Amino acid sequence: MLISIKYNIKWKLLLSIFIITAVQSQAQTDADAIMMTKNNFCTGVMYSYSSWKNYWEGTNKRDNANLGTVSAKTFGVMGNYGISGKLNLLFGIPYVQTKATGGQLHGMKDVQDLSLWIKYLPIEKDLGPGVISVYTIAGVSTSLSAYNPDFLPLSIGLHSTNLSLRAIVDYQVDNWFATVAATYVARSNIKINRDAYYTTELHYTNKVKMPDAAQYNLRVGYRSERLIAEGLLSNWTTLGGYDITKNNMPFPSNRMNMTSAGINVKYNIKKVAGLSLIGGSNFTIAGRNVGQATVYTTGIFYIINFTKNKKPVATDTKKN
Amino acid sequence: MKKIFFSILLFSFFITIQSCNKNLDEYNASFPALNPVKNDLSAGTWKPILLIAADEFAVAAPILTTSPAYATEINEIKGWQENLTENQRQIIKYWSAGSVLRWNEILRELVAKHNIPSYQNADGTYPSPSAANPFAYPVFPFSNPPYAARAYAYVSAAQYDALVAAYHYKKLYSRVAPYTFDAGINALVPKTDLPSYPSEDATVTGVTVELLKLLFPADLNFIQQKADENKLYRIMAGANVRSEIEAGETLGRAVAQKFTGRARTDKAGAAIGTSVLWAQLEAQTAATGETPWISQELPKRPPMLPLFGKVKTFLFDSAGLVSIRPPAPPSTKSTLFKTELDEVMYYSTHSTTERMRIVQFWADGINTATPPGHWNEIAAKEFVKNNYSEVRWARNMALLNMSMMDAAICCWDAKYLYFNPRPSQINPEIKTFTGLPNFPSYISGHSTFSGAAATILGYILPANATMFNAMANEASVSRLYGAIHYRSDIEQGLICGQSVGAFAVARAKTDGAD
Repeated sequence: MLISIKYNIKWKLLLSIFIITAVQSQAQTDADAIMMTKNNFCTGVMYSYSSWKNYWEGTNKRDNANLGTVSAKTFGVMGNYGISGKLNLLFGIPYVQTKATGGQLHGMKDVQDLSLWIKYLPIEKDLGPGVISVYTIAGVSTSLSAYNPDFLPLSIGLHSTNLSLRAIVDYQVDNWFATVAATYVARSNIKINRDAYYTTELHYTNKVKMPDAAQYNLRVGYRSERLIAEGLLSNWTTLGGYDITKNNMPFPSNRMNMTSAGINVKYNIKKVAGLSLIGGSNFTIAGRNVGQATVYTTGIFYIINFTKNKKPVATDTKKN
Repeated sequence: MKKIFFSILLFSFFITIQSCNKNLDEYNASFPALNPVKNDLSAGTWKPILLIAADEFAVAAPILTTSPAYATEINEIKGWQENLTENQRQIIKYWSAGSVLRWNEILRELVAKHNIPSYQNADGTYPSPSAANPFAYPVFPFSNPPYAARAYAYVSAAQYDALVAAYHYKKLYSRVAPYTFDAGINALVPKTDLPSYPSEDATVTGVTVELLKLLFPADLNFIQQKADENKLYRIMAGANVRSEIEAGETLGRAVAQKFTGRARTDKAGAAIGTSVLWAQLEAQTAATGETPWISQELPKRPPMLPLFGKVKTFLFDSAGLVSIRPPAPPSTKSTLFKTELDEVMYYSTHSTTERMRIVQFWADGINTATPPGHWNEIAAKEFVKNNYSEVRWARNMALLNMSMMDAAICCWDAKYLYFNPRPSQINPEIKTFTGLPNFPSYISGHSTFSGAAATILGYILPANATMFNAMANEASVSRLYGAIHYRSDIEQGLICGQSVGAFAVARAKTDGAD
């Protein structure tokens, strides 16, 4: 769960960073195949730093001395509660601060989007030498502040309300696992502080139609009660939108796509049951209308067991 | 239990998605069909701008309604009306809001599309668009605010003169519209008793296309498609026969030549200056002991159109320009300057949601229709409510846009005469909430445009004068809130703009339309 929360935030960041978060929070809660056990509540804080110097203007990769390096720092609070071993509720609230080292544009900072998720484990059974499990997850995210989506690349997010639906399939043999996840993200229109704007034509409205998005990821790694370590490949694809034209500024309804690769580690402290540390990093390997971000994440989490006289249980380690 | 719970969640999720209507309601799509309160039949007597007289270009008498040729043209209308497609009905609905209005919107779209500065060359210089080779990068034109102000002015002024001429001939020939002549023809636009020869819509098309060939040569396919729709719409709607369209278009094209001729010699083509001039501007200000403006873009970009202040004005002569030239800005060594700089720093460090809204609403930066385009939009919204005839639409737009072009000239004259630095050049700690324009600070362009626009619009629509002035003040102060202008820039900009607007008001009082 720790890892899953982390992904959630990390995604925001990644995308954030050009384009900041905009693209999503809901994107990823829990793309992982882990559940909290009944009456356990895992909560923690995370810090993430994302930055890019190069970005893709449409498909053309460039830098821009008038932006320099654009960075986003994210502080997140999150939690995951086990209603049962098969049904979890999750939330996340990030605070994001952006900055450009070049040019004159002012950085932005504010509380970004609250995301809420409900995660269900309908299938978990032996298959061949291991265990296969299937998860379905639904989520909603919406902005908690009046932050400005029309100030890219320094906006802290895109300000749409998003509904996400995700399916995850996980297969674990001994301590080795592979997980694939696919998500559909439906995004609401947003409002900007203008009465007309140009995309590929001039629009006479303050509303911007946000294309929906799809998100995929694949993770492979080692999972035990003490340690989880994994490699991760992620893709975010905007289903529509348009390219930034040459030397133009980005806009919330651009076709923002990105593929990133990274690693994540979670370690459960031996001496304090329920306390764990996480760390991770990832790098954008391909993109369109986004910054080529590098992201570092760290966090600390603690599990509280509301069942009397029981030790906290860090993760559901499956029936192996 | 859990499964039920989850099923309900899933179900409501999809219901929510289904009910999400993502279509944008763009307000200009619902503009009503033009139905003028007054037909302005005597507009042929209104004072033209460049035409010597309303009949400077001859328009031959229309073919007789008793002729076989006319009967054929009536049949053409009936043929269209037999089988109108949904798309054709949409075209009629779109254009029926008015040809001056729709061409104004098209022009705003072209301006927005081309309002993007060029990307640098490998050696750190910047390529300039070339009218002779409009498709090469950077595509011609770079429709920055001065270019845009001039484009709006030429198109609007030329439309006005062409319509004055067209109305002269309408009255002279007094030809009834097809829907009046033949009861078998449906009027798919509101009926008027305005004579239909030559077609006012085709006059607008003819004159506008000729101007746009000069101003936006890389978009002629798009422009021609709009022009074809504009002309055909009148026939399909039963409002004009083909010979009325042809006569109007021919007249419009002829009048356009007066304006394209002026545009080719108004010195705008040389406004970009030369590298020698750019260095000279900096040196001459430094020689006075003041801090000259320096580009803060990387790599350094030459200042925008330094000789635009030399472009030929519409509403006054060069003596008039000097008479309303703003006084010198506070010396960069003065206490007042320091105070104003501190005020900019205050707004840079004390942003609020409301100030950010104001900054963004009026930013009109790259990839927008520019501040003059924004004022065209504001004006158009109000004009729609007033049910003007086409010729009055054109007259009011011409007054507005000649004001803003002349405002651009006065503003650019001051910017390059004083060549003073932006706040963030003097204090690099100042960060901005909108893009920093690449030209000197004093006086504010937004303020000058807005002062001019609010003044002439307040004359045209006195009931809205207070609102227009409030908008101008907000547009002006948005540049201080955005941390890119000093208070002197915005205050003097408004005053200069209002002085330009007063020239337009003086013209409006005597042009015969009121």
